[in-house]
Amino acid sequence: MKKHWWKALAVLILTYTVFWGLLGPTPRQPILNESIRNVYFHVPLWFAMITLMLTSMIFAIRYLRSGKLAHDAVSVQFANTAIVFGLLGCATGAVWANYTWGEPWPNDPKLNSVAVSMLLYLAYLVLRGAFDDEQRRARISAVYNILAFAVFIPLIFIIPRMTDSLHPGNGGNPAFGKYDMDNQMRMVFYPAIIGFTLLGVWITQLRVRLRRLQMVMEE
Amino acid sequence: MQQSLSQIGTLVAKEFRLEWRQRYALNGMLLYIVGAVFVCYLSFNARRGQLLPIVWNTLFWIIQLFSAINAIAKTFVQERAGRQLYYYTLASPQQIIIAKIIYNIGLMLVLSLLGFAVYAFVLGNLAQDWQLYLGGLLLGAVGFAASLTLVAGIAAKAENSATLMAILSFPVILPLLLLLLRVSKNAMDGLERSASRDELLSILAIDAIVLALSVLLFPFIWKS
Repeated sequence: MKKHWWKALAVLILTYTVFWGLLGPTPRQPILNESIRNVYFHVPLWFAMITLMLTSMIFAIRYLRSGKLAHDAVSVQFANTAIVFGLLGCATGAVWANYTWGEPWPNDPKLNSVAVSMLLYLAYLVLRGAFDDEQRRARISAVYNILAFAVFIPLIFIIPRMTDSLHPGNGGNPAFGKYDMDNQMRMVFYPAIIGFTLLGVWITQLRVRLRRLQMVMEE
Repeated sequence: MQQSLSQIGTLVAKEFRLEWRQRYALNGMLLYIVGAVFVCYLSFNARRGQLLPIVWNTLFWIIQLFSAINAIAKTFVQERAGRQLYYYTLASPQQIIIAKIIYNIGLMLVLSLLGFAVYAFVLGNLAQDWQLYLGGLLLGAVGFAASLTLVAGIAAKAENSATLMAILSFPVILPLLLLLLRVSKNAMDGLERSASRDELLSILAIDAIVLALSVLLFPFIWKS
């Protein structure tokens, strides 16, 4: 039981996020109206995705240093979960954009950057499929994983800030938290980030275990 | 240090000599970029200077991108595995990757200058501040060479390397390409140099990151 407290915490936080996020009071803002509640789901999904990608890269580095295939298996599952979270982030963002900016996919640098980073990680999966030898696949894809994260950072943090963007916190817009969120909302927003990250780690852990069992079954 | 530099020099000289002996590959690349420019010129059926500036600029960089990917993809496949094993015993992987990058920078400089000359000749030169435009071209050549050389090393290890090279390099090259497009658009409109300073610094930073990563990560690819 001692080892599983964080899973209970994830369930608890996410239940709280869903209920209090949908029912709790929010400030009345023009245009945003009730859609401001999406900040509890859309933004934490991105934060969790970035954390998962970072973890995936750390395990890629650990694989390169140690040569243990176990690290590689963890690295690829973190990347998989990050892709799922990225797609969910895109979906929640598209719904939000549809009602506040008028179209589901406006031509915005941040959206396009995210689409490109999805391409990066999908290319990573295709690259893994191209090798039969396990050690070789692990080594080459770990190198590409590190390269992908290094490209992802300027894509998502530098380029959107240099041009006009619809997103808050970019292109001279004030960050979201500055004017639009009140303390009531922060009480939900910050736990939601932790909750979604824990959920991502949990999914990854299950997938890693499943993969290990499959490998044992194959042998 | 002195010795390692001279070894890199020897490796770079070897690359150039190899290219000169297999001249069909070099001629092929030169013809590829000239052909691509001409296809675009005829497809638009445009007389000189009739394209919109933004189309002119974007088209040029797309041609650059494709010829760069094509040219650099063959960095690691033109030599047989046995010979690569021989280099492995002679030099450190860092020296090999640095030599390959230097050589590819040279190759990209030739390709992009030739491409620009032909492009400006048939479609007209719309760049007002052509010094800055050429500067962007040089930085682009360095960035393309640095990031694509590592990707070429990755793709060469897999069997289906032509497709893999394209899908691995498009997203990697994109931040660089977007910044380059912006700098060259500024140069075309003849904006003041200070307007492009942020972009130029970012390009330099990305170049530096990619170079450092190539040198750090290449030993792991080279080992297999």
